[in-house]
Amino acid sequence: MNKFWIILFHTYFNKLKTKSFLITTLLTVVITLGLTNMNSIIEVFDKGGDKDKVAVLDETGQLYAPLKEQMSALNKNLRLTEFDGTEKEAEKAVEEGEYAGFVQLRYDAEQLPEATFKAMSVADSSLFTDLQAGLQQMKTMVAASKINLTGEQLQQLYEPVSFEKIALEENAKTEEELNQARGLVYVLLFVIYFAVIMYASMIAMEVATEKSSRVMEILISSVSPIKQMFAKILGIGLLSLTQLTVLLSVGYFSIKRNLSSLEGGFFDAFGFGNISVSTITYAVIFFILGYFLYATLAAFLGSLVSRIEDVQQMITPMTLLVVAGFMIAMFGLGKPDSPFIVITSYIPFFTPMIMFLRVGMLNIPVWETLLGISILLGTIAFLAVFGARVYRGGVLMYGKSNSFKDIKKALQLTKKE
Amino acid sequence: MVLKLEHVTKRFGEFTAVKDLSITIPEKEMFGFLGANGAGKTTTFRMILGLLDSSGGRITWDDKPINYSTSHLVGYLPEERGLYPKLKVSEQIVYLARLRGMAKSEAVTELKYWLERFKVPEYENKKVEELSKGNQQKIQFIAAVIHKPKLLILDEPFSGLDPVNVEMLKEAVLSLKVKGTTIVFSSHQMHHVEEMCEHLCIMHKGTQVVHGSLKEIKRAFGKKNLVIHADFPLDSLKSYPGVVKTRSTTEGIHLQIEGEYIAEKILKDIVNKGFIRKFDLEEPSLNDIFIEKVGDSYE
Repeated sequence: MNKFWIILFHTYFNKLKTKSFLITTLLTVVITLGLTNMNSIIEVFDKGGDKDKVAVLDETGQLYAPLKEQMSALNKNLRLTEFDGTEKEAEKAVEEGEYAGFVQLRYDAEQLPEATFKAMSVADSSLFTDLQAGLQQMKTMVAASKINLTGEQLQQLYEPVSFEKIALEENAKTEEELNQARGLVYVLLFVIYFAVIMYASMIAMEVATEKSSRVMEILISSVSPIKQMFAKILGIGLLSLTQLTVLLSVGYFSIKRNLSSLEGGFFDAFGFGNISVSTITYAVIFFILGYFLYATLAAFLGSLVSRIEDVQQMITPMTLLVVAGFMIAMFGLGKPDSPFIVITSYIPFFTPMIMFLRVGMLNIPVWETLLGISILLGTIAFLAVFGARVYRGGVLMYGKSNSFKDIKKALQLTKKE
Repeated sequence: MVLKLEHVTKRFGEFTAVKDLSITIPEKEMFGFLGANGAGKTTTFRMILGLLDSSGGRITWDDKPINYSTSHLVGYLPEERGLYPKLKVSEQIVYLARLRGMAKSEAVTELKYWLERFKVPEYENKKVEELSKGNQQKIQFIAAVIHKPKLLILDEPFSGLDPVNVEMLKEAVLSLKVKGTTIVFSSHQMHHVEEMCEHLCIMHKGTQVVHGSLKEIKRAFGKKNLVIHADFPLDSLKSYPGVVKTRSTTEGIHLQIEGEYIAEKILKDIVNKGFIRKFDLEEPSLNDIFIEKVGDSYE
């Protein structure tokens, strides 16, 4: 077998069977399952306990029924019960945990409803907000009937103004589509961001380990450093694709399974309802390109350090670049067509995230995407050639210094003169 | 299959690590490199292996340059242990052997043979970091020779080993030589080179100061060692013309003299002074030559 493949598969299988890899994969699978099943999990916890049982102490004798009607429309999990007894008795019932709290209803001076909510703690703001909304609606109704407004008039008063956004550009995404795309792009951006940082530093680690254990000298006397570097980058790349495939398929099937029961909920907002094939394809393309860009960078940075402890320090500037790209992308989610985003999408270190953001959210001309990808490919090629030269010298260089001046020294080592 | 270095020079910026080095190493021979730390031995080895490009001159083996197409014929034992600490012995030896062009099954068989030979078969499935330094060196040695190289380069193979292991490795090296491997090795310890090598060179600050066969070098050196043990004081000999260096011992005196004829004269002068227990004229040791050529800068 060709030496290139020997190194590639050695790197791949060796990393694949390490405990840390298996554990991280398992953990992320568990987290993915957790996130995609969030609603069911919350439900399970909510079913136990009568937390949302609220007693109503109706001093007016008229307001309980309309309030209950309003509340049942607002929050199905909230159960109102009429409480026959004094305030003291109600307080006692809450203290004993029978109710989450109680509402005292009465009329104020102008014969409009007024209420007090008492609970053990007022930390559960959603319960309070729901009750407030219900009371508000009830008050509106009471007030309206007092000034003799008809139901029709009332409806006119409260009907929201019709206001619609329409993009004139051909093929432009509608507001609804944009919201869906935003969710999907957001999640995929996260995946690209984490994967690039994680696998690039894995490469730097791998190179530094081989160097610090001095096995490098034997390796480079058998196989050229350039072949080695790329075999390693591809080996780890294969590893990353394995892990991502596992994660994405677990996530995908888990969402698919839950989708019917979650109609209109959390996932619709993230645009998982109708996953766009082209967005996923672009995500894969930009992930692979981004990986190669940063992996090459990481490999040659890793070749410059002599001790494993120095790796993190060495690759920090690279990590910051990825973080910066991610930050810009987060900003761009809200304003994908701003000139700043357009310009940064052509800067190769940001292209993988920001150009992806643009193709994912807007309908930009194909040539723009291709131009971005070409610049990126050119940069990768340049970094590969330059990086390979640094790598070749770097792996032979031992010393305590680990500054960027070493790049010059490493290049000097490979020079003939 | 002659290894030839012709006027090889290596500069790192302003610093010249190796200067105009010319060596010819015949096939199936053992060649010793001697030199203090920083003399340029490792740099020379790296150039022979093609890890570094020379700044000038030519290195050929069998009239062809050494590069990655010949790497399966070359074995290398680096100065420092170079193994994956977290990998099992069998995993990494097989991996390294495959990178030298060996088939997997063949590598496994060879590894078993070598582990048996070094009397450590139980290490096959141990991680390298669990082994002692001496045993790691054995594994390192196996990694260098498992693919039956024609040219073997050993950078300080015996450093950090106990005498038993030194003997074991030495024996292995000699058996490879008998099988026709050309071996180049470097050492700090003169007696290893003296014992094993036909040809050698001494390097000092990048320059080759002595080069040739062991016998020639000793003959060319001229000076001899003279050991005298006697019952009468020998201090007067310290200022004897032709005596270069002296060292008093409890039993007598060690002298370094300019040539055999000085010994003859000394013997004539002292023969009537009393009883002489020992009068021994010795060939100079490599150590003497080394110290003379390299000077006191050596360790």
